[in-house]
Amino acid sequence: MEWEAVIGLEVHVQLSTRSKLFSGTSTAFGAEPNTQANIYDLAMPGTLPVLNGEALRMAVRFGLAIDAEIGRHSIFDRKNYFYPDLPKGYQTSQLDYPIVGRGSIVINLEDGTEKRIGVTRAHMEEDAGKSLHEEFADASGIDLNRAGTPLLEIVSDPDLRSAKEAVAYLKKLHSIVRYLDISDGDMSQGSMRCDANVSIRRPGAELGTRTEIKNVNSFRFVEKAINFEIRRQQDVLEDGGNIVQETRLYDSVRDETRPMRGKEVANDYRYFPEPDLLPVEIGEDLIERIRSELPELPDARKRRFAAEYDLSAYDAGVLTASREMADYFEQVAQGCGDAKLAANWVSVELQALLNRENLDIADSPVSAGALADLILRIRDKTISGKIAKTVFEQLAAGSRDVDGIIERQGLRQVTDEGEIEKLVDRVIDENAAQAQQFRDGKQQVLGYLVGQAMKLSRGKANPARVNELLRDKLRS
Amino acid sequence: MLNLTVTELSAELAHGAISSVELTRACLERINRLNPALNAFITISEESALAQAAAADRARAEGDERPLLGIPLAHKDIFCTRDTHTTCGSRILQDFLPPYDATVVEKLRQAGTVMLGKTNMDEFAMGSSNETSYFGAVGNPYDQGRVPGGSSGGSAAAVAAGLSPMATGTDTGGSIRQPASFCGITGFKPSYGRVSRWGMIAFASSLDQAGTLTRSAADAALMMQAMAGLDPRDSTSVDRPVEDYACELGIPVKGLRVGVPRPHFAAGLNPAVERGIRAALAELEQAGASLIDIDLPNNHLSVPAYYVVAPAEASANLSRYDGVRYGYRCENPADLEDLYTRTRSEGFGDEVKRRILVGTYALSAGYYDAYYRKAQRVRRLIRQDFIDAFRQVDVIAGPTSPHVAFPHGAKADPVEMYLEDIFTIAVNLAGLPGISVPAGFENGLPFGLQIVGPDFGEARVLNVAHQFQQLTDWHRRLPETAAQAETGES
Repeated sequence: MEWEAVIGLEVHVQLSTRSKLFSGTSTAFGAEPNTQANIYDLAMPGTLPVLNGEALRMAVRFGLAIDAEIGRHSIFDRKNYFYPDLPKGYQTSQLDYPIVGRGSIVINLEDGTEKRIGVTRAHMEEDAGKSLHEEFADASGIDLNRAGTPLLEIVSDPDLRSAKEAVAYLKKLHSIVRYLDISDGDMSQGSMRCDANVSIRRPGAELGTRTEIKNVNSFRFVEKAINFEIRRQQDVLEDGGNIVQETRLYDSVRDETRPMRGKEVANDYRYFPEPDLLPVEIGEDLIERIRSELPELPDARKRRFAAEYDLSAYDAGVLTASREMADYFEQVAQGCGDAKLAANWVSVELQALLNRENLDIADSPVSAGALADLILRIRDKTISGKIAKTVFEQLAAGSRDVDGIIERQGLRQVTDEGEIEKLVDRVIDENAAQAQQFRDGKQQVLGYLVGQAMKLSRGKANPARVNELLRDKLRS
Repeated sequence: MLNLTVTELSAELAHGAISSVELTRACLERINRLNPALNAFITISEESALAQAAAADRARAEGDERPLLGIPLAHKDIFCTRDTHTTCGSRILQDFLPPYDATVVEKLRQAGTVMLGKTNMDEFAMGSSNETSYFGAVGNPYDQGRVPGGSSGGSAAAVAAGLSPMATGTDTGGSIRQPASFCGITGFKPSYGRVSRWGMIAFASSLDQAGTLTRSAADAALMMQAMAGLDPRDSTSVDRPVEDYACELGIPVKGLRVGVPRPHFAAGLNPAVERGIRAALAELEQAGASLIDIDLPNNHLSVPAYYVVAPAEASANLSRYDGVRYGYRCENPADLEDLYTRTRSEGFGDEVKRRILVGTYALSAGYYDAYYRKAQRVRRLIRQDFIDAFRQVDVIAGPTSPHVAFPHGAKADPVEMYLEDIFTIAVNLAGLPGISVPAGFENGLPFGLQIVGPDFGEARVLNVAHQFQQLTDWHRRLPETAAQAETGES
């Protein structure tokens, strides 16, 4: 009998504010350990938190982007536990009155369908510092640079039914926070971290006991960790065992999850309202101002691309997956006036280049303007599509000026009838046997002859015209 | 001159009768003479005090006329002072040197005051007798075998004995008003949010408030003028204009409606104290005020509610003292668990540990609703009682404490000690301003009259207290130690 997986994700997104959630310290990444920790971050006696308004506005932006209720009266709470990288001995978080209430996110599945996933809540909290256990003999190091960095913890409903859906949700979340410019969403740097709650059941049955997988730091690992956990739970249940509700860690080297030690999870956090901060009151005017400043979001942009540029849903989805990609595409499309060609070039050639060089689109060596110029030269028949790929490689290698490349390297397409005719005559002369085969009815040979002509012209002849002329001459 | 009020000293300084250096030197001399027995100071900052005094004298010579310029003061050792030890009365902060000043310290320094040192206190302000201090008990200037009250016991004793003309204190459940009552001085606690808590070491964040210990309400007004105000570094400080406190002192009490809470005159109140307080109220009545009996129906719940809320907040506030970044650390910890356990076991005293345990328990899963949530509900009821009362009265007045100062070691049972603050705690739970002014003596020991005002009614409370001090001279009495010291000095 079939099993159905029930998955919910808790995603921590690091908000890209310049300073920390409750202190003015910089959040810039990569500074010397403990150089970005002021007296509040160090939890010196008598120091007090002051809420970072930018973090608050970013959280509201997110809430509005997923059509969520905004907490008009949101409250910070202290979550108490001892750990050396938690300077105050409590984390300031939100429990009963989060800044973002119920909302939803539409995910796009590989078969082209969409599914709406509920978001239970999202709340603001401060990050802890880092404990460094390997670098020191007989001691642990503490780096408090990260302590107090603002996080938005986004909790989904248990609406996801497979590892692939979980990844699709995570990717959509990633896309949304990038569109909103509230986080760089970089999982490898920990700017986006994911815990997964996984259980399985027979379809239609009551929910099974869940386990929580912590610390999964890439899209790929999320998929692998969940799939491992689903299989593990199936094996346990099919062997007549029971699932233990527990927290498990994903080990990407061994591709398995295993239970955390009891000591690390048996916590009573003794939450209570943070008395050093007043409740955050959010008025209608602030909400409306933030709403009016929201950028076009991925789903809306996808719909617009499909309609405005006459793209397939698939192409529109690929091109709007990231805000930078979509911006780039629009610049190319508007610059060259041919959205179809622009879509092709961006999603095929440019994407291949970026993948090969392992670059973000923001760092693309080929600017949107240059790519638009290149497509313009295809459209006005200055060069063929094939030659355009050669030019593109030169752009990728660092050249900027499309027309300059074409002129300097003599890549301009030959459209002169007389020149093409000479080429064709020469090919027929030099390949008499193949010419005769064509005349005898072997149509496939034409391709070979066209190829020879293109080779002679070093790719510059207009291939359509070569084709026509060859046919004419061989028939006559 | 050390038994003069700040107001009087300010005038002396302004006339050039004395200099700040002379005044400061006199304070330091008396501290050096009396403090070994009183133990009111934990740290004495002789050198920097004289430097600040000299700077004040120079400023005066250049025309600076600020009222507190050159006036010496002592800070309760709960206020962080840059590069001056700040212990909070605890072993765990024995060697702590803050790299910053509390807002209160900064503002009073900017007002031109001279810091003599840091005063003794109950450990983390947890106590009503100053006996929980790691640095030893403090003597009451009226009888050194008795307690000065707490937790601001060092500040109260210092002002009463003339070691300093004024001092800062903090009041979480009565920690300014009760020691003021025991030491025969004026102790003022403003409304919650009126004075910044930045740099003031937290005990119970939603109750802690900085205030003043002085020899008169007029002096409290001068200090408050310098201390009060919005501080962007404290999110709970309030954004409302600071009144001109000195300006309103002179309003007569004629027509004033004084609420007298019946529950404060119930069993447990020392009969001599009761007689004295009734007499004090009669003084106000004779001056034209009317006395109106009021009920504060939930007052009896204030001590239990307080001893849930305050320890709960304290249990989290004191988690930072873990031996990792600053403060006391145990010798050779075997592992992290050992570091935490021994650092905190060795660094904290019994009363602090007791409250951390109580607070942790009250917040624990399964107990939160029964204790913390219920206590918060009670707190709202208690506040509502005051709001209702202030619809019919302008101030509320009664005893500050049920009795006079008790001998050291007399209250070994913690609960008995907790009941010390039975008249003061509700005021903190409601966030209101309150003052204790000297109102009489029983067997040679002073007791105080508490006057409580509505939200941000600082000016009114100070005004009524000042008017009472125009009608009486209890606040001009001196303990023998101070009176004799004056004779010896002059």
